[in-house]
Amino acid sequence: MTCEEAEVLLHALIDGELDAGHAREVEAHIASCAHCAALARDYREISQAMGQADLRYKAPLELRRRIEKALPQPQAAPSRRAVLRGFALGSAVSAMAATGLVAIVLRNDDEQRIRSEVVSAHLRSLQAGHLTDVVSTDQHTVKPWFNGKLDVSPPVIDLTAQGFTLIGGRLDYVDARAIGAVVYKRRQHVINLFVAQTANTERQPAKISTLQGFNIRRWSDRGLNYWAVSDLGADELSEFGEKFETAMRANKEG
Amino acid sequence: MPGRWAAAPGRAGTPHGNAGQETMAAKASQDDPERARRFREAALPYLDDAYTLARYLLRDAADAEDAVQECYLRAYKHFDSYRGPAMKPWLFAILRNVCRAEYARRATAPVTATEELPESAEQTPLWHETPDTPERQMLRRFDGDTVRKLVAALAEPFRETFVLREIQDLSYREIADVAAVPVGTVMSRLARARAMLRSAWLAEQEQAK
Repeated sequence: MTCEEAEVLLHALIDGELDAGHAREVEAHIASCAHCAALARDYREISQAMGQADLRYKAPLELRRRIEKALPQPQAAPSRRAVLRGFALGSAVSAMAATGLVAIVLRNDDEQRIRSEVVSAHLRSLQAGHLTDVVSTDQHTVKPWFNGKLDVSPPVIDLTAQGFTLIGGRLDYVDARAIGAVVYKRRQHVINLFVAQTANTERQPAKISTLQGFNIRRWSDRGLNYWAVSDLGADELSEFGEKFETAMRANKEG
Repeated sequence: MPGRWAAAPGRAGTPHGNAGQETMAAKASQDDPERARRFREAALPYLDDAYTLARYLLRDAADAEDAVQECYLRAYKHFDSYRGPAMKPWLFAILRNVCRAEYARRATAPVTATEELPESAEQTPLWHETPDTPERQMLRRFDGDTVRKLVAALAEPFRETFVLREIQDLSYREIADVAAVPVGTVMSRLARARAMLRSAWLAEQEQAK
C-alpha cells in the first residue's frame, strides 16, 4: 500500500469503517511508515479532542417555539401520552440538550392521571431496594448523577438543615417515560420529589391534594413541574415544598 | 418566518421534493393532528443536532435559525415520504439543501463563495499539507471555542463532511446520502478536511507558543 492510499484509508480505519482485510493492510502500512503513523496518531488525537470539546450548539428556545407554532396543534383533548411527551423526547436527545423544551399542556384530567402515576411511582419506590439509584446525602453527588440520563437535570437541594434529609436520586418511570425523582426523608417518612420539564415557564403556586392516602404537593417554577409525594401530613409536606422553593430562590439569586 | 427560504431551489431525488404541489387530500393530511404528533415525536428530538449543523454550515446564528425552521417545515410537509429508519440523516439532507439555497443567496458576497474552490482542492495531493517531521510533540488540546473556530474556518464541502462525521457522528453511508455523493467522495473529503484541520491545528499551536 502506498502512502497516498493509506492517507485516505487511515481515516476509514480511525472511523471504524473498514472491513477486517483492509484494516489489516492499513495497519500494516502504518506499522512500517513513520509518516503515516504520525498522521494517524494526530488524527486520532484530533478526533478525541473533538469528542471532548463542547462543539455543539443548543437550539434557542425561540426557534423551538417558532417551529412548534408552525405545526398543527395537538387535538383539544390530549392523551396522557401527550402530556408526558417531553420525557420521551428526552431519552433520545443527547445530554447536551439539557434544557430542551417541548410543549406540554397540562389539563385537569391529565393532571388527575399524572397524580395517580406519581403516587404509583412513590409506592413502587417504597418496595425494598427500589428507593434510590444513587445513594448520597451530598447534593453534589446526586445532581451530576442525573446528567445524561434525563433531558432535564432536576434541581437537587440539600435541606438537611431544614429538617429534610436528602438521601438520593432515582430514575423513575411515569407512563413508561423516564423522569427524575429526588428522594428526601423526614424521620421515617419518605418524600419523592418528581421533576419534569414544561413549556410553561410561569410560576404556578402550590396545590396540595390527597390520593390513596398520600399527600401530593404540586407546583411549577421556571419551566419545571414538581410533584412532592409523601405519607407526611399536609402541613409537613407544605413545609418541605416551601423550604425547597425558598432554597431554589436563594440559589438562583445567590 | 421562511421568507427568502421559500424560494429555495429543489433537487430531484432529495427529500424535500416538489414544494407547492398539494392535492386536496395532501392538504388535509397536513392538518392531521395525529400526523403532527408523529412528526413532533420523530423530528423534534433532533432540533439541537439540526441547529448545530446549520451553525457550522452557515456560520451565522440568525441564518441558522431560519434554515432550521425552514427545514422542519419542509420535513413536515414531506413527512409522508419519510420511510425511516434514520430520521437524523433525512432531516440533515433537507437542511443541507436549505443551506445551499442560502449559499446561493449569499453568492454576491465573495468571502463566503467557497463552494467553487473544492473540486480542484480535492485533487491536491494530501502529503503537501504535512511538511513537518513525524517526531513532533503531541497535539495540544484546545478549548471548545478554539476548536469551533478551526472547524468553522474549513472550506466547504470539507467542513460539512467533517462536521457530519466528527460532531454528528454519522456513518460514511449516511454522510453520502445527506450530501448526495458517493461514499468514495465522502472518504476523500474527510481525508482532506482532517488534513486541513490538522494543519490549522498545528498553526494555532505554533501561534499560541
